[in-house]
Amino acid sequence: MRHLLSIEDLDRDEIERILSAAAFFAEVADRPIKKVPSFRGRLVINLFYEASTRTRSSFELAAKRLSADVLNVVASGSSVEKGESLHDTVATLSAYGPDVIVIRSPHAGAPGLVAGWTHAAVVNAGDGKHQHPTQALLDVYVLRQRLGSLEGCDIWIVGDVLHSRVARSCVQAFIKMGAEVTVVGPPTLVPAELAALGCNVRHTLEHIGEADVVYALRLQQERMSEDFLPSLREYAANYQLDSRRLKARQLVMHPGPVNRGVEISGELIDSSQSLIIEQVRAGIVVRMAVLVEVLSGSRLRDPGGQRVAVSAEPQLA
Amino acid sequence: MSSLFAAPRPPAELLFREAHVLDPRNDLDEPRDVLVRNGVIAEIAAAGSLEASEGVEVIDGAGKHLFPAFVDPHVHLRSPGEEHKEDLDTGTRAAAAGGYCAIVAMPNTTPVIDHPMLLRGLIASAKEQAHVRVGFMAAISVALAGEQLTEMAQLRDAGALGFTDDGKPVSSAGLLRRALQYQQLCGGVIALHEEDATLSGAGVMHEGAVSAALGLAGIPAISESTMIARDGLIAGHEGGRVHFQHLSARGSVEALVQARARGARVSAEVSPHHLLLTEEAVRTLDTRFKMNPPLRGEDDRAALIAALRDGTIECVATDHAPHSRDEKTVPFEAAPMGTTGLETAFAALYTGLVLPGTLTLACLVERLTAGAALFELETPTVAVDSEANLCLVDLEASWRVGESGYESRSANCCFGGQELRSRTLLTLAGGQVCYRERSFALSAA
Repeated sequence: MRHLLSIEDLDRDEIERILSAAAFFAEVADRPIKKVPSFRGRLVINLFYEASTRTRSSFELAAKRLSADVLNVVASGSSVEKGESLHDTVATLSAYGPDVIVIRSPHAGAPGLVAGWTHAAVVNAGDGKHQHPTQALLDVYVLRQRLGSLEGCDIWIVGDVLHSRVARSCVQAFIKMGAEVTVVGPPTLVPAELAALGCNVRHTLEHIGEADVVYALRLQQERMSEDFLPSLREYAANYQLDSRRLKARQLVMHPGPVNRGVEISGELIDSSQSLIIEQVRAGIVVRMAVLVEVLSGSRLRDPGGQRVAVSAEPQLA
Repeated sequence: MSSLFAAPRPPAELLFREAHVLDPRNDLDEPRDVLVRNGVIAEIAAAGSLEASEGVEVIDGAGKHLFPAFVDPHVHLRSPGEEHKEDLDTGTRAAAAGGYCAIVAMPNTTPVIDHPMLLRGLIASAKEQAHVRVGFMAAISVALAGEQLTEMAQLRDAGALGFTDDGKPVSSAGLLRRALQYQQLCGGVIALHEEDATLSGAGVMHEGAVSAALGLAGIPAISESTMIARDGLIAGHEGGRVHFQHLSARGSVEALVQARARGARVSAEVSPHHLLLTEEAVRTLDTRFKMNPPLRGEDDRAALIAALRDGTIECVATDHAPHSRDEKTVPFEAAPMGTTGLETAFAALYTGLVLPGTLTLACLVERLTAGAALFELETPTVAVDSEANLCLVDLEASWRVGESGYESRSANCCFGGQELRSRTLLTLAGGQVCYRERSFALSAA
């Protein structure tokens, strides 16, 4: 794999290969010294055009645990604020010879454009409301750790699906892994066209008891000003996930950051059926696996490259 | 006073020999010799029967088609203010290369053409630079702000062909009503870009399955159709003359039919990209497929084709909208709306609709010239004593769009890279040769 731009580009074998590598790195993470030398001397640039805490920090940690040099570039305080175009910023950063550029952009398709402008491998860390493939991969990883397999698993994604790149990526990834996916929320935020993603579309939580896994999405405050919702209170009354609506056997996920008491109740977040902290933990090892995957892909297809090929299998020195 | 403007050139002295002349309005559809003297069609005779006198260039038309040249009621020449995208010289070169003899320029320039002085300046430039004839629309509202009417009568006196706030809708029904009342005084077609801003929101493509899959904000088809329904009623009430621009949806065609059935004096245009492409093209997130109105669904496309075929939609307009490479080399959501179209309209429609048998060649030629009458201009015709507005086309030639560049200053063509059939070889506008295809010019010399 040369770049990771969208879950659409991956087949089930590729997903499983990445997750196997992640499982390997998870063992490393339990050791006193958590670093492997796979990326020694290599440069990973995190180019973030949107605010992010967990995605950026986990990409940074992932790169550091692979012994890479890491350069973080955020839009505020950079030449982006002076009006530099994405193309020119990428051309400038590419002059530093990065091996991987991790990009988050408010615009769908930006990572694909960047891939056309640089020799580096490109990893999409979220583009507009389009895709967030590493989030979906880490969610699949967590579910496989817990359930063994997603085959036949009934997964409900609840909330603002329309504006969610996490939902788009997760629907595709879960379906590829054999799960049955249902999206649910008010018709303003879960339009019928979303069935185009291959999932079921519902507008009430009436049958949520059927779900094995319930995945809550963050509700953005600005949806109120855009008239998608009359009020947070009404949304919470109809769609908030809490221990009254869910049974103890149902697993609960959330990509973070959570609005406690809006899309999900505080006690559910802190309950034993919540996988939210496991998701954060998985973020590092899955992103390590993704970095290794794209770098091996790029070297294997670059016969003129001076560097030694990095094996797709993670290696301990 | 004529409302079309171009730079003066020597009148053409040409003899087209054995060209297949097709002019649907004159029932001409057979090989003929056509003699042009002093820029006027002097004689149309049996193929091979005319001899050229001295000073008359002979063009071998055998195997080629000679059409009345096309008229485009909707282009953006970007002058004044955005000459890095296009100007009067490059935009009219692009028109000539596409077989057009006359085009109508929109007023959403910088500054907006909302004052007679600005229009006079623009017309003076056209008289120096334009290779084909250009008519200029003036704004309906000052600065396209939708609040205050422009000095419509004075703008007409200064040469405005009509009025439009194209690029933006006239959101206020009251303002549109006043403009239509004022039209009784000053004349001039009122052309409307129909869109309800509250329905379009921050949309960047058609609202449907593809926008849902890509996570892009959608522009629903009702954004256009509801406004056509509203303005059809207003036009009918005032007895005004309204032209609906760039229809994109089935519901819009239905609203047009209803307005006409109630007696409203309304006409409409459709663009090649809406006839040939759908929202599926946007899956690539290629910014050349970003335009307003957006590419819609297959059912909409089918309705537009049917409406063009039966004459419900009278004419084809390119909505030629050039943008610079830098402006379009950005993520889809950040890119400006628009595609160029003048150089590809005939070839794209010939390849996409005529060759598969969806539309007859005669119908296409009729629809590419019908915009003239809708804008109160003389319709190009292949008839003795008519001014020579002609294009010679090789229907057998094929070419890859953009391979040898564009006459336009911009390259944001949604058909870029496609292999198209038919090539314009020579265009005459207002009795003057305004375009010769390069290889054809060499072989003819």
